[in-house]
Amino acid sequence: MHIVVCIKQVPDTADVKIDPKTNTLIREGVVSIINPFDMYAIEESIRLKEKLGGKVTAITMGPPQAENALREAISMGVDAGILVSDRAFAGSDTWATSYTLAMALKKIGDYGVIMCGKQASDGDTAQVGPGIAAHLDLPQITYVRKIEEISADHVVGERLLEEGTEVIRAPVPCVLTVVKEINEPRLPSLKGKLAAKKAQITHWKADDLKAEKGNLGLDGSPTKVVKIFTPPARQGGQIFKGEPEEIVPQLVEKLKDAVIAAAS
Amino acid sequence: MENDPIVVMKDKCVGCRLCIKSCPFGAIAMQEKLAVIELTRCTLCGACVPVCKFKAIEMRKKDAPVAGAVADLSAYRDVWIFAEQKDGRIQSITYELLGEGRKLADQLGMSLCAVLLGSGMSDKTAELVQRGADRVYVVDAPELAYFQDEPYAAVLIDLIRRHKPAIMLCGATTIGRSLVSRVAVNVRAGLTADCTGLAIDPETKNLMQTRPAFGGNIMATIITPKHRPQMATVRHKVMKEALVDASRKGETLIEKVAAEVLKSRAQRVKFVPEAETTMNIAEANIIVSGGRGLQAPENFSIVRELAEVLGAGVGSSRAAVDAGWIPYSHQVGQTGKTVCPKIYIACGISGQIQHLAGMSSSDIIVAINKDPDAPIFRVATYGLIGDLFKLVPLLTREFKKALKK
Ligand SMILES: Cc1cc2nc3c(=O)[nH]c(=O)nc-3n(C[C@H](O)[C@H](O)[C@H](O)COP(=O)(O)OP(=O)(O)OC[C@H]3O[C@@H](n4cnc5c(N)ncnc54)[C@H](O)[C@@H]3O)c2cc1C
Ligand SMILES: Cc1cc2nc3c(=O)[nH]c(=O)nc-3n(C[C@H](O)[C@H](O)[C@H](O)COP(=O)(O)OP(=O)(O)OC[C@H]3O[C@@H](n4cnc5c(N)ncnc54)[C@H](O)[C@@H]3O)c2cc1C
Repeated sequence: MHIVVCIKQVPDTADVKIDPKTNTLIREGVVSIINPFDMYAIEESIRLKEKLGGKVTAITMGPPQAENALREAISMGVDAGILVSDRAFAGSDTWATSYTLAMALKKIGDYGVIMCGKQASDGDTAQVGPGIAAHLDLPQITYVRKIEEISADHVVGERLLEEGTEVIRAPVPCVLTVVKEINEPRLPSLKGKLAAKKAQITHWKADDLKAEKGNLGLDGSPTKVVKIFTPPARQGGQIFKGEPEEIVPQLVEKLKDAVIAAAS
Repeated sequence: MENDPIVVMKDKCVGCRLCIKSCPFGAIAMQEKLAVIELTRCTLCGACVPVCKFKAIEMRKKDAPVAGAVADLSAYRDVWIFAEQKDGRIQSITYELLGEGRKLADQLGMSLCAVLLGSGMSDKTAELVQRGADRVYVVDAPELAYFQDEPYAAVLIDLIRRHKPAIMLCGATTIGRSLVSRVAVNVRAGLTADCTGLAIDPETKNLMQTRPAFGGNIMATIITPKHRPQMATVRHKVMKEALVDASRKGETLIEKVAAEVLKSRAQRVKFVPEAETTMNIAEANIIVSGGRGLQAPENFSIVRELAEVLGAGVGSSRAAVDAGWIPYSHQVGQTGKTVCPKIYIACGISGQIQHLAGMSSSDIIVAINKDPDAPIFRVATYGLIGDLFKLVPLLTREFKKALKK
């Protein structure tokens, strides 16, 4: 099976700090990493390949530097990387992003399972995976935490809903989005690192996709960001310290009404 | 370059670097002492434009036709909400959507409509009317008894195409996000994720959708000026539930859909309710959470006992989940659940940014930690500094007294 895993390069939020004075993001020196959820998608793709045979291609839409993300995926065991990059994609919202990725997938053609992370840690929408499924008119299983069964023509996945676990069977091709619980991503092997260094990354531009220009980038995006701001900092709260026997009743007094209100 | 949506005018840029600092996405760099915007990274958020003292950055104003733009916006009317149900029970997020939707509909002089998909649920429409719906669209079919991505999406697409709502709101729940992402693509609508604020622009009548991104570190306000419906998912527990008014009147429309629309390629094989019988933390009004400070799995009982007295859900940090002390479904944070309870009590949790991303919009935050410098205190409404093994059991006892349990 040809498994295609969609990955996004994001700023490492473990590095992101807030400037306490200006209450803005300090981005200097923040490195770019593969979106944490996509690491699970990569790992699962490699495991499926190990079971079924075939190959795994990683694809990303992003700036030229996103090539690093593809090489990292290859170092883990992915076979090939495709970078979809063009100024024409600037300002893509999730509609245009999922359209662009869907057109790239059409160009790939023989995809079986399309694997995505649950959501990206910067845009945070969780809309691109189902968006790809919609553009390609494929079935989807979102929030997958376990793949119970996979063959050339179907997949059985377990997904975590708010109130329990659902097991779903879908025909292949289909789109899966995965959560953290699904696996423990492997570290790159030495052989993998060498392969990553040597790998030829395929570059596709807008013209390489049979895309309608009007559907790309800003023009293809129905949503417009009109304002970005940092949330108001929470007021520093009231701190109690001292003997437990003294401070606990004080806190209970403060909270009692809110607890009663919350219960009703 | 002429067609680039944002440009730095070389004759005006003095290379002061102010814009670089302002860019939340690291999309601006210096090249030969001039600012250069990396377009593949830029999100056109516009944060840099007002920051430049030399007015060197310009966003292209474009009135060129946009793909899929709606020619006559006034043909789209009414505010719709998706009525989420599980096992035939209307979920509380639905009442929150009705509360918020009512305000928007009144401001726009439009009707508020609920869309209810299910099997044998026709008697539930009164509940929706009493909570503010002027009209309820019901599609009743065995295939819709529980949520399935494909038929639910297809039915919603069908209804939207037929009735042309101006606004469509849905909960930012697992179901909601899976569902409307599919719908928005097909009806060529803009979809704003996980909103915590909605308002109508008094001039343009556009829906202003405000949402956290970057794990809650930044907020973005988003509009969908030229496409309809304006779709948004709304974070659970942020909007106020609509109250019941038994005297309210509304109409119910039973909609028929073609058999084709109800087909699903993906099929549920089985459903297993959450093993631990504690409540779903995304629904909880109060959450008591434990972290690595608990030191051992058995010590979670301290947290559970407090939760029980308060009628609260039990949450945790990732450190506690990774240590195997509690199942993943309890994890709060960037890679766990986003929660927004009335009261969040963090016991032995340091408050790393990824944890804060999941809980910092809670109404009241209580932090219990022995380290006075723990970052959790910076977001806490009330902080107790000390040993949780003393403080938490005492808190349980005092609450028991105060609540007369
Ligand atoms: C502050 C801010 C708020 C935004 N809010 C919205 C909004 O509400 N609605 C909207 O439509 N757009 C929004 N956008 C734009 C959106 O972030 C981009 O369209 C982005 O390219 C994809 O969305 P995401 O990061 O949310 O990805 P998600 O949908 O969260 O990503 C899910 C999965 O899709 C795959 N994927 C996502 N992006 C790529 C990619 N570029 N290449 C390969 N695979 C990928 C990955 O597998 C990923 O795990 C916002 C942008 C910003 C900066
Ligand atoms: C990509 C990524 C995603 C992540 N996602 C999440 C996520 O979703 N959710 C999440 O929670 N984390 C997440 N993390 C991990 C996060 O960075 C922290 O490691 C984690 O939150 C720490 O958990 P903790 O606060 O329980 O543990 P620690 O940071 O070890 O804190 C323990 C605290 O307990 C206090 N303590 C110890 N003993 C006592 C005592 N007797 N009495 C009182 N206080 C005591 C200590 O002072 C300390 O502050 C993520 C990390 C990464 C890199």
